[in-house]
Order: sequence, then structure tokens, then C-alpha cells
Amino acid sequence: MSDQDAAFGNRGNRDLSVVNSKGRGTIDGTRRSGPTGPGRAGDPFLIGEAMTGGYGKGADILHDCTIAVEKGQIAVIVGPNGAGKSTAMKAIFGMLNLRGGSVRLNGQDITALNPQDRVKAGMGFVPQVNNIFPSMSVEENLEMGAYIRNDDIKPTLEQVYDLFPAVAAKRRQAAGELSGGQRQQVAVGRALMTQPSVLMLDEPTAGVSPIVMDELFDRIIAIARGGLPVLMVEQNARQAMMIADKAYVLVQGANAHTGTGAELMQNDEVRRTFLGG
Amino acid sequence: MDILNALVVFLNFVFIPAAAYGAQLALGALGVTLIYGILRFSNFAHGDTMAFGTAIVILLTWGLQALGISAGPLPTALIALPLGIALTALLVLGTDRAVYRFYRRQKAAPIILVMASVGVMFVMNGLTRLLIGVDEYRFDDGARFIIDVRTFREMTGLPEGLALRSTQALTLVVAILVMIALFWFLNRTKSGKAMRAYSDNEDLALLSGIDPERVVRLTWIIAAGLATIAGTLYGLDKSFKAFNYFQILLPIFAAAIVGGLGNPLGAIAGGFLVAFSEVAVTYPWVRVVGYLAPWYEPGGLMQLLGTEYKFAVSFVILIIVLLFRPTGLFRGKSV
Amino acid sequence: MATNRQATASSSRWRAPILFAILAILFVLEGTVRNSMFSGSWNTSLAILNMGLLSAITALGVNMQWGYAGLFNVGVVGFLAMGALAPVLVALPPVEGAWAAGGPRLLLALAVGLGTLALAKLAWTRTRSGIIVVIVLIAGFVTYRWLFDPAVIAIEGNNPARHGNIGGLGMPVLLSWVVGGVFAAAAAWGIGKVALGLRSDYLAIATLGIGEIIVAVLRNEDWLARGVKNITSIPRPVASEVALQRNPDFVDFAARWGFPAAEASGIWVKLSYMSLFLVVLLVIILLAELALKSPWGRMMRAIRDNETAAEAMGKDVTRRHLQVFILGSAVIGVAGAMMVTLDGLLAPTSYNPLRYTFLIWVMVIVGGSGNNWGAVLGAVTIWFLWIKAEVWGPALIALLTGPLPDSAFKAHLLDSAPHMRFIAMGLVLLLVLRFAPRGLLPEK
Repeated sequence: MSDQDAAFGNRGNRDLSVVNSKGRGTIDGTRRSGPTGPGRAGDPFLIGEAMTGGYGKGADILHDCTIAVEKGQIAVIVGPNGAGKSTAMKAIFGMLNLRGGSVRLNGQDITALNPQDRVKAGMGFVPQVNNIFPSMSVEENLEMGAYIRNDDIKPTLEQVYDLFPAVAAKRRQAAGELSGGQRQQVAVGRALMTQPSVLMLDEPTAGVSPIVMDELFDRIIAIARGGLPVLMVEQNARQAMMIADKAYVLVQGANAHTGTGAELMQNDEVRRTFLGG
Repeated sequence: MDILNALVVFLNFVFIPAAAYGAQLALGALGVTLIYGILRFSNFAHGDTMAFGTAIVILLTWGLQALGISAGPLPTALIALPLGIALTALLVLGTDRAVYRFYRRQKAAPIILVMASVGVMFVMNGLTRLLIGVDEYRFDDGARFIIDVRTFREMTGLPEGLALRSTQALTLVVAILVMIALFWFLNRTKSGKAMRAYSDNEDLALLSGIDPERVVRLTWIIAAGLATIAGTLYGLDKSFKAFNYFQILLPIFAAAIVGGLGNPLGAIAGGFLVAFSEVAVTYPWVRVVGYLAPWYEPGGLMQLLGTEYKFAVSFVILIIVLLFRPTGLFRGKSV
Repeated sequence: MATNRQATASSSRWRAPILFAILAILFVLEGTVRNSMFSGSWNTSLAILNMGLLSAITALGVNMQWGYAGLFNVGVVGFLAMGALAPVLVALPPVEGAWAAGGPRLLLALAVGLGTLALAKLAWTRTRSGIIVVIVLIAGFVTYRWLFDPAVIAIEGNNPARHGNIGGLGMPVLLSWVVGGVFAAAAAWGIGKVALGLRSDYLAIATLGIGEIIVAVLRNEDWLARGVKNITSIPRPVASEVALQRNPDFVDFAARWGFPAAEASGIWVKLSYMSLFLVVLLVIILLAELALKSPWGRMMRAIRDNETAAEAMGKDVTRRHLQVFILGSAVIGVAGAMMVTLDGLLAPTSYNPLRYTFLIWVMVIVGGSGNNWGAVLGAVTIWFLWIKAEVWGPALIALLTGPLPDSAFKAHLLDSAPHMRFIAMGLVLLLVLRFAPRGLLPEK
């Protein structure tokens, strides 16, 4: 809530004849990017290193948190509710103020870039909620994903449709009318349309049925095996670790355990606290 | 024959005026609905933007007339229109820069933008008054009629005449062209789709690399264009008086809401619905009935409501539509 | 933000008295100093103050709706006009022959009109059949017009040069202020019932519409208040200037203070009005503050701050909103009746939404949303500026264009300088919104 909001309290924002709160944004689109710097030798493809920070001027949520993903791999972030999983993801994407640490992508330090420019630098991000344009058709959603591209997007479009045949059949339908699972597919497809060099998914399986969840995981594995590194936050820790090359367990905004998915599955403490025995 | 006469009277006094008025309202409502969809507030300054744009067009028209430039049978204002739109767009972009952008950056609640638009309304109202005053002006020139009553009577031999004023025809032609262009822009071009995407989901538009400020600028330019065109057509068809442009805000809002705020198609439908109802309810039907049912002797004019109450009509339609379809005819929000 | 709030908290004790004192000084200057900025006339100063006080009462009404409940009423002009009707219908002496000409029939017509709407509503809730509702409405409308039209023609035909209206009841004008509140409350009930009862809230556009309609009715229904022919000679609650000037005691009294009788009588009358207005204003503020501190007021604020939570706790939000909307409109209606009483004239053409709706909004926002004293301060300040801008604007333009040679352009600028006040008001609102969005006297 900004100062301006406080000025009028919660007044008047219910009146649909004068205000339209649907689809309002939370990211400041007017923030300008700073310069990029060189990366460090031996960096993973994408790394958010020693990140410390929180939203706006609020208290820190992340404390010295490090997340990384290598080429062709899947990295997952798991942890209890309120551990700062999504926040870590947003920090990597430049949606909160970092007071410490840096974000480096493909040999470049991108800590000072705003989210728009991170998209141009090759990051594809799928938010947890509100991740489609509901009144636009599936195809238009995908076209918007390719907004920053000026080349022919047809081949990518076909690739996405091949990956998600279910939404291909509904390409003319408004995305808001699709089922939960299909929406998630559209959302992932939209991010793929930018031809990103890394794909970031914030709880892609939230609120979908187990069958759809398995299918989504299959697709995500397919994407990663195709060479695109995937970083994702997952609520379903067990499934996530099974497919993860690298897993990060966060507790209260800090790294608690790090390792390959298999390693962590073997770890007694992780099993006891997060995987239910 | 009587049926034909009744039809001619209906066309002459109800259909043609309502169609022209509806086109003007629709253009105004399109502007309101675009701002509502993308900037997320109802712009109370829209009526005054229309007045300001029209005032500029009138001044330019006078200048052109003084230079002896005319558009032949078409009104000179048509030549002045592009420059008028450009100047209005500049002013509107200026207000965005000076007023609205600050609140956008703050992510302020939309109601604050509504309040700010009230301030802008005062300023624009004053500017228009400074520019051209509060008097009533007629600025249509060129051919008055495409078909006048006498020609029509001679052509058809009917006792009832039908007149099609050139401003009415012009209104419809221009409005239809503008609407087609707008829909093509919103549905077929990358920038238009980006506008719709921004309206649907601001954050995701940003995450797709769409520059929000560019979308906002485009929206203001289009809204200024629509407002100037709507205002000029309204002024050509009736006359220009700054206060009337303030009053037309109610039917314009009503049209936008009836159609479903944020939905351009709805704005157009709403504009015509409001206009046709207004004219139909305030028209004295006695002559039409006289032809259709000559045996019936009505006591009065068969007018449902006096013309003074035309604003009541838009209001009643609004209430009825909202009672039965709370989201408007076309479901709100899909710019 | 936190530091901001502390700063206002520590300075707020002196903030209000200082701002009110500055305002008082402005009025004293207006009354005593004669130069290009001030008129030096107590009559002018008090006239501005009186209208400012009435604006303050209106602003209090708007502030109840906006400040307490967050309702956006853009039909203030309509509720003022509704209240303005009361002195005409209550305090004016009866018009001879008007009632006999068509009074009962007119009342019957209005009853049928209202009855039709009620019946239609009943038919809809009982049968859910659109056809029946339409039949009810058409039948009702035909009956209504059959009753209404002849009655109106008869009343308007009754001595049209002088009257042609239904006339009043000849009751005390002070009573009509209360009735004005009741009228506006009734209108607010009707509109609020519909607009707040819809599945989503469309109050703003509904009030915009009803405002226009009420003013249109006032303008065009000659039987009601003579329409654009205006009603003059509305009874006054205070002595008239002429009567005072004829009273030797008063002339002596004025001479002792060194005023000529004509000027003194004007001042006396304005002071009398001022006292009446102040009493009403203070009573309304007292009631409003008490209400705000009562459980009812706490609930109102709870609803405003978090509607969802309040609803979850079982509060009937729509009902509360309707209550506060009616109360606020009633206050606006009282102000409307008082305005007509002060002017002694009902001129429907003067009801301009820019002046009577949006300027009131400027007052509320500038004063401080949710703060009653803020509304009063904002109203009187803005009204003072609004009036003086008409004088200061041309003075400023004359100063600025002084060095320019005489030309059509200069003449045009000078001619249109009075319009500067619209720009000035807009700028005041925009500046306050930007730099002090909580207003001059922020809500505690």
C-alpha cells in the first residue's frame, strides 16, 4: 500500500462505475534499469547469490539466500509455507529491492536490471497466479509472449502447440474460459514464446488435479531435456524433488538444505520435516 | 402508401437523427471505455476533452476559412480535424505527464485518478472558456443537405418529406470508418494487442516485455482522437456550446456502462441504444400513428416524455440493464 | 510514511486553529481593506462567508458519505435542488385556486406513479415474469399520464403570469429546512436502494444521473416551482433591510457605530443569517462527531477500511451504506433549502453541476477526507477563493498583459480572465492531491 492509498483509505474503490481494479499491476513499470556488469568465472548459468531483501521498504524476507540453475537442468525451490520461496524467485526476477547479493545470468551481472529488461536478457517467468490474459485468445496470449521478438514467431508457435496439444485445439478460444490445467499450459507456453534462455515457474501445479500435475511435470522435464534450464518453486515437494537435478530447501528466507533431488530425498531431516516421513 | 409515409416520418425524425447522435455517443463512449480499461478509472474530464478538441478544431476552421480554404461540399472542419486531434493529444499527453503518471508510479488506488480527473476537468473547462468562451457557435459549412425535403417529395411523390443533412451522413461515415480502424488496430496490430494485454493483466504484460508507458501514451492519443472526432461531429450536427459537452458526459458514461465498461463493442452498442431510446421516448409519435392507424384519434402528441428529460432516458436504460445484467450487455473489461 | 504520520500528529493540535485563524484574517481583510484585491466592504465579506457556511454544510454531507463510508456521490447538485424545493412548497403562501384546479388529481397521479413502481417491483419478486412487469408499467404509465396531464394544465393555467404553480403551505421557513432534508433523503433512499442494491456498486453514475434528472424536473415542471420563470419572494427567517431602515431605533443604533443605515441594515441581516447558519452547522457537526464516535460510527469505519472482513463478520454492508448515503444526502438537502432561503429566490437554471457538485468535491478533498472540521475549512476557503478568483483573475491578467500593446488578443485575454477561476480551482485540487492528499486537516 502506497502513501497515496493511505490518503483515501479504502474509500471509493468498490464503485465499478468509476474505478476498475481488475488486472491492476503491482510491479512499478516506470523503474529504469541500471547498467549490467560482467559475471564471475565458474558461475552456473543463472545464479542469485547471497540475496538479502524484501518488498518496498518492508522488513527483509530473504537472508543471504542463494539459488542457481545449470544449463539443461531443473532446479526446484521447496520449503514450508512462508519460507520465501516465491520471494526468492521474484528477487531473481528483479521484482523486489535487494539490499545485498547479486543476480548473474549467462556471464552477465543483471542485478540492476528492471523486470522488463530481464525478459529481454533472456529470462522467462510464469507467475503463480494471474499468469494469462483472460480475455484474449490462446493464440493472442502466445503472441504477447513473443512481443519483444521481431522475427517470425510461427515456428515457436508450432513448437508450443506440439508441446501442449490440448491448448492447440483451443487456439481461438479466450484463455480465461479454459480449465485450470490448460491455463497453466498457456501460461508456460507464453513464457516459452520469448525463446528464453532460462524458464522460471512459480508453483506451476498449484490448484490443478494430480493427473494434470503429472502431465505438466512431464512437459517441464521435456522442456529441460531440450536444453532450456528450468527453475521452479514447488509446493508438492516429493514430486518436485523426484524430477529435480538440484533442490533448494528454504526456511525463513535462508538456505536450509541444498543438494540433488535424490540426495535430499535421502536426508532424514528433510524427509521428516517436509516430506511427511 | 400510408405505411410508406409513416416509414418516411420515422426515418426522418427518429432513425436518422438517432443514428447520428448514437454514432457521436459511441465515439465518446469508446474513449471513456478505453481509458477505463487501460488506465482503470472513469475520466470525468472526457466531456471537457471533447469540448477542448472541438474548440481547437473550430479555431482552426475559422483560420482556414479566413485563408479561403474550403473542402468543397464537405465542412472545412474536416480539414482542421487532424491538426485539432494532434493538438488535443498533445494537451492530453501533457496532463498525463503532469498529473496521472505520478499516481501510476505510486500504484495509487484508481479512485485517486478519478479525483485527479475532476481537477483536470476544471482546468480543461477553464482552458476551453479562455480559448473560445461560453457562447454557442455553428461552424458547419459546405453543402447543407444530401437530400432535402422538397427533392425527396418530388422524387417519390409522397406527401411526407425526408431530409438527410450532410453532417448526419458525415457523422455516420466518419464514425463507421473510425470504429473499423479502431477494431482493426485493437485486434490485428501488435500495439493494439499489447493494449488489450495491458488492460487484462498489467503485470503479465510487463513480464512479456510490453512497455507500460508506451501503452498508456497510445491510449491517451487514441482517446484524444476519439474525443475530438466525437466532439467535432456533435458540434457540426448540432452546435458547439462548451456546457453541452459537459452534459453529454452522462449519456456517454451511460452508454459505456450499459455496453459493459472496458468493452469497445459494448460502448458502440451502448451509444446507439442510448441514442435510439432517447429519441424514441422523447419523439411525439402522433404523425406516425396518424398514418398507421388513421381511425385512432389520440388526444395529445403521443410523446412519452418531454425532450427536456432525455437525460432521464439514458439513466433509466442504465438502471434497467444493470438490474438484469450487472456486467453490462457485453460483459465488461476486454479492451 | 510512518514518520509522516508522526509529524502530522504532533503538529495537528495547532494546525486547525492556525488555518482557521488565517481564514478569519482573510475575511477581516475583505471587510476592512479596500484595494485591488479586497473590496473593503463588510457586506461583501459577510455575503461570501454566509455562502461559504452553506457550502460547508453541503461539504459536511458529502464528507459523511465519502469520509465515513467511501461513497462517491456526484449528484450533489440534485440533492441541493431537492432541498431547494422545500421552502417553495412549505413556506410560500398558498396560491389561490391552484389546489382547487388540480391539487387532488395531481397527488393522486403521483401516488399512482409511485404505486406503479412498487407494484412492478412486487410483480417481479412474486412472478419473475417480465411480461407482467411490462404490463403493470404500461398500465400504470397510461393511468398516470391520464391523471397527471389535465391536472398540470389546470394548475399551470391558474393565473400563469404570477403563479401557475401549486403553491406552498404558508408554514414557517425554518421548518422547510428540515423538510428539505427529508426531500433529499427520500430521493437518496430511492436511488440508493437501486444503485447500492445492484450486484456490483454503480453509485457514482447513478447519482450523476439522478442529479441531472432532479434539476431537469425543477427546470421543466412549471406547476412545481414555476420552472425557469423562477420563484421569488421566498419568506425570510430574519428581518428585511427595508424594515430595518424604517426602524428609527435601528438607525440610531447604526449611527452610534458609525455606519449609514443602508449599509448597517445589510450587515445586520447577513449577521442574522450567519448566526442561523452557524447554529445549524454546529449542530450538524456535533451530531456527526457523536455518530462517528458511537458504535455505529466505529462500524462504519470498520466497513470502510475492510469491507470483506466486515461482511464476513455478518455486517450488512449495503444497508449501512444506504443509511449513511441517506443521512449525508439529507444534510445536503438542508443546505439546499437554506441556500434558497438566503437568496430568497429559486432559480433552477443556476444549478450547474460544476459549481454545485464538483466544486463541493474540491472543498472536501482540499479540506481533508473524513474530517468534519476539514470539510468546513475546505468549504469556506475554496468558496472564498472561488469568489475572489473572479476579481483576482482579471487583476492578474491586467498586470501580466500591462506591457503588451493594445490588441484583439489582449482584449480577448482580459475578457476571458474571469474564467481563470476554473483553472485555479482545478490547480488547487491537483496540487492538494499531489502534495497533501490527506487534505489541509487530515483525518485522525
